[in-house]
Amino acid sequence: MNLTLKIWRQKNASDKGKMVDYKISDISEHMSFLEMMDVLNEQIINLGDEPVAFDHDCREGICGMCSMYINGEAHGPDRGVTTCQLHMRSFKDGDTITIEPFRAAAFPVIKDLVVDRSSFERIQQSGGYISVNTSGNTQDANAIPISKEAADKAMDAATCIGCGACVATCKNSSAMLFVGAKVSQYALLPQGQVEATDRVLNMVAQMDAEGFGNCTNTGACEVECPKGISLENIARMNTEFLKASLKG
Amino acid sequence: MGLLKSSIGRKFAMAISALFLMVFLLQHFAINLTSIFPNEGKTFNALSHFMGTNPIVQYAIQPILLIGVIFHFVMGFVLEAKNWSARKISYAKNNGGANSTWMSRNMIWSGLAILAFMVLHFIDFWFPEMNTKFIQGDWSGLHNGELRYFEELQHKFLSPARVVAYVVAFVFLALHLLHGFNSAFQSVGANNKYTKGLKTFSKIYAIGIPVGFIIIALFHHFNH
Repeated sequence: MNLTLKIWRQKNASDKGKMVDYKISDISEHMSFLEMMDVLNEQIINLGDEPVAFDHDCREGICGMCSMYINGEAHGPDRGVTTCQLHMRSFKDGDTITIEPFRAAAFPVIKDLVVDRSSFERIQQSGGYISVNTSGNTQDANAIPISKEAADKAMDAATCIGCGACVATCKNSSAMLFVGAKVSQYALLPQGQVEATDRVLNMVAQMDAEGFGNCTNTGACEVECPKGISLENIARMNTEFLKASLKG
Repeated sequence: MGLLKSSIGRKFAMAISALFLMVFLLQHFAINLTSIFPNEGKTFNALSHFMGTNPIVQYAIQPILLIGVIFHFVMGFVLEAKNWSARKISYAKNNGGANSTWMSRNMIWSGLAILAFMVLHFIDFWFPEMNTKFIQGDWSGLHNGELRYFEELQHKFLSPARVVAYVVAFVFLALHLLHGFNSAFQSVGANNKYTKGLKTFSKIYAIGIPVGFIIIALFHHFNH
């Protein structure tokens, strides 16, 4: 298939940036979106120009590294997939595809389609952990009884790969689905109870300090999340936060 | 007040004020509905006089309601301004319709339409009422020896322009409530097995109440 690509090009963080048009031909519908980008970059390199910078790593939908806002949606038009799992069969011959970086004040552009998502790391560092004695006498986690329902919900929350699609999609650039998932995965388990109060207070404080917007419950994040993280996690975070605030 | 400095605390406050306003709206609707009862406004007059002269309503509930209304609007604008600043560069192409409803993405605009309506509504009813009672000191509720509320209501809805303005405003109110009702529950942490049923109820409320207000306005316009 032959395509027209409108891609955001930005030399560095301080560059103003602009959309640039590229023509690309003979793209197989079996290619992944990132393979198509690889072909484009070969074409650009052969012309002596700077290739398009974009994030990628595992290319199997688990690392959360790939991003891109494709035709107005995070990770493109398909549901439950990351950009690396998106295939060209989702597009038609002659299509014009608009490709932009994830946009949020808390995700500044580093170059072209690469954004700095270290704000997520700082939120994680502020409370996304449990303290476990690993001196050799660590209790086997399986020895602690946990209900199937709680274990399933915690696991569902823990499948968040931190890609940032929720922020990119949200009209307010809110990170509440991400933080809600990270709070929930511990809040649902006995191991997470000891630090539960500090965790939610610190993670929400860090989220606010990073400049993410407020959730207005549009539900767009849930729809675009490649891992199907539910809004239920935001509701749980809200409850945990209120409980923790009252506790002090 | 530290809670109100956090994003979740503000969400919670918005939701509480919204739930309070939705309860008020239901009460307002219930009283207005009596104005179309076939008893020439007797029930409506009696209820209006009670609400307009009861000291608990006038000196306790009314100020709380006023604070609730102002808080909901001001906090809505504050949050919207913060949300706009959270994305300084917009997308060249954004397909919001693929993942969310128009209502959820445009609460600020439906809210502004409701604010404009409230200015009209206050000029129509609330300011004259405050003037009569608190400035002129007339708490009798009488005009020519009869309770005046029903006649005032009918008089206001004679104007086709006002009726059109009210109908348009109630359409925006329905759009606002279609997202806002459920959103308020989600914000206070209620997302559970009752959510599905709540969504159905929210649609009935969000459409039923504004449509009811529209019917009342049209009824008085065409039956006077």
